[in-house]
Amino acid sequence: MWAILSILVENKPGILFKVTHLFRSRNFNIDSISVGITENPDYSRMTITTYGDKKQVDQIVKQLDKMIDTIDVKHLDEHKTLYRELSLFKIKLSNANDSMEINKIANAYGGQVHNVKKTSIMIELTATPDQTNAFEELVKPFGIIDVARTGVAALQRSES
Amino acid sequence: MTKIMEKNLMNKMETMIGAKALMTAMEKEGVKQVFGLPGGANLPMYDEFARCDIRHILARHEQSASHMADGFGRVSRKPGVCFATSGPGATNILTGIATAQADSSPMIAVTGQVPVAMIGKDAFQESDIIGMSNPVVKYAFQPRTASEVPMAVRKGFYIAETGRPGPVLIDVPKDVQQNEAEMVFPDEFQIPGYHPWTDPDIVAVEKAIQMLLHAEKPVILAGGGAIISSAFAELQSIAETLMLPVVTTFKGKGAFPENHPLSLGPIGMHGHAEANKIMTEADCVLAIGTRFSDRSVGTFEEFEKRLKIIHMDVDPAEIGKNQTAQLAVVGDVRVNLRIMVKLLLQKAIKKTDESPWIKHVKETRSYWKENLKLHPGEMGAAKILRKLRELLPKESIITTEVGQHQMWASLFYDVIQPGTFFSSTGLGTMGWGFPAAIGAKVARPDVPVVDIAGDGSFAMTENSLATAVLEDIPVIVFVLNNSSLGMVAQWQRTFYDRRMIGVDQKSCPDYVKLAESYGAQGLRAQSMDELDKAIKTALSSDVATVIDIPIDPEEDVLPFVAPGTPLSDMILPS
Repeated sequence: MWAILSILVENKPGILFKVTHLFRSRNFNIDSISVGITENPDYSRMTITTYGDKKQVDQIVKQLDKMIDTIDVKHLDEHKTLYRELSLFKIKLSNANDSMEINKIANAYGGQVHNVKKTSIMIELTATPDQTNAFEELVKPFGIIDVARTGVAALQRSES
Repeated sequence: MTKIMEKNLMNKMETMIGAKALMTAMEKEGVKQVFGLPGGANLPMYDEFARCDIRHILARHEQSASHMADGFGRVSRKPGVCFATSGPGATNILTGIATAQADSSPMIAVTGQVPVAMIGKDAFQESDIIGMSNPVVKYAFQPRTASEVPMAVRKGFYIAETGRPGPVLIDVPKDVQQNEAEMVFPDEFQIPGYHPWTDPDIVAVEKAIQMLLHAEKPVILAGGGAIISSAFAELQSIAETLMLPVVTTFKGKGAFPENHPLSLGPIGMHGHAEANKIMTEADCVLAIGTRFSDRSVGTFEEFEKRLKIIHMDVDPAEIGKNQTAQLAVVGDVRVNLRIMVKLLLQKAIKKTDESPWIKHVKETRSYWKENLKLHPGEMGAAKILRKLRELLPKESIITTEVGQHQMWASLFYDVIQPGTFFSSTGLGTMGWGFPAAIGAKVARPDVPVVDIAGDGSFAMTENSLATAVLEDIPVIVFVLNNSSLGMVAQWQRTFYDRRMIGVDQKSCPDYVKLAESYGAQGLRAQSMDELDKAIKTALSSDVATVIDIPIDPEEDVLPFVAPGTPLSDMILPS
């Protein structure tokens, strides 16, 4: 099971270390992690995506909740959650048509084109991890030079 | 802010250096003594001992200082405090911190640190103790300015002793100790992410009663949490009212009087045969303050088969970690057991008749009490420990080291007064028992304190004899001496075809002479008569005493459930 965890923590040095250390020492996986400050400068929000069966994910949530520096820990239901990650792709241009082809694919995924050079092009994509993976598959044949992905940021959607 | 409030705040403020603020804050927490060792980076704090009423007890190794604080904390249920300097001093107490964490023992460890500006520069005696200790502390503070010190101490004590207790580290850079600041000693504070459970869960307790009443073969499994929360009276009342047999984990040993007809003793790898038998036959368990460790349950999968588990624990993260609970009762176990006692009384529930289950339990108990084969020699472990039990007042406190003697103590030393038996059960730290006994004796100077030891473990912290003698803390070290690392030797005999590697300690050192060289009393007991005399002599003397008891190096601890096998597969004495 893929799970999105939203963790509100005190905005103090060393918290990221403690959270990631907990994952390591309890034998849990981190699939992606993103951290940023919230509207309250005393708090930061970490979004961690992980894999595990229900028992493992429940245990991760409980162990995170037990940490004194965590204010709130939520296992988000992905169907009721807005979640996105930002990715930057640098892709090779070999043939005359490549730029146009990549542009088309980027458009289909709502991507932005940057830094178009003779031999490479950069795409900025904000999407779900699945969409990003699909995009990556489509541009792979052109030759990917570099990828940078931020990991997921997520917030629960409002009910009404 | 009103003028009056401002004035009050001003009145509370005092200018002093960080080191003095630390000691003042600790006095406010009721600290009467600190176990520790001085060094370069904690000298400003040491200097304050000259100007305060806190007693300093000098250890001979920081690890021992931390075990002393641990022993004090377990017995007094208030955090014990240990001091160490930076670098190696700090790394030496890591084992003690990890031991306290594994057994949920309240402790405050205060380490010196290099000055703030030197942190990260690989300075002399610098160690990143905050980073190193992270997985084994309940929480850690590193005040970066002197004015942060009082709050770190206040919060540290609160965190260490509330909820599931544990060790808190306060790492104080040397300049933070030396710098002056306006100090406020806070009464109130907030920790937004920390909410120890204190309220009872009445609905869950009601359900628990129904499950126990409807079970055919119910049993109570009392863990360390029952001892930490002192739920002795409640536990006994519930067992007697519902006629429930009581087994314990090793950590929970003595949560329930072991001479009680419903008591079966500890389960587990070296559990009592009767306890393991009844535990594996039960269909419903009221598990009180236990984390279902592998040493207690054998295999997780086998243990929870056919068993309905009611899991009471103060730590919600323990629910479902190792075993699946049908019912969780989260909160202080004593608070919830009290509610259970009250509900049973209100509903006038009282079982008096002997069910077939209880009859079977009693038969099993008496069968194994009579028929477990013991070592045939005069100085067999069972005879030695039963002699100790016979001669010790029931309120005496026992600590143990780690190894065969520890498991023999579990099997053959009956705890009669609840909460008088302590051991390093989680981390299994050899060398814990003796310094912990010193800490226990400081907490309870009015009762005899005995460290049941083996020669292997005692060797690890034997230099605490200097502390016991010079600080006038007369504990008894009861050494079952098989001249070897006995438990390892037993595993080599059992699992490694008798290839005995690295276990022969010979009779080195001579523990009688060693004790005498420290100014302690050294006695040797080679017969039951000598043992009788030695124990009586130790009990009546006012100096620390080592009783060296040579035993057969080939004696095994039995029953034995091999690691990774279920409790039903006991190896019994042949």
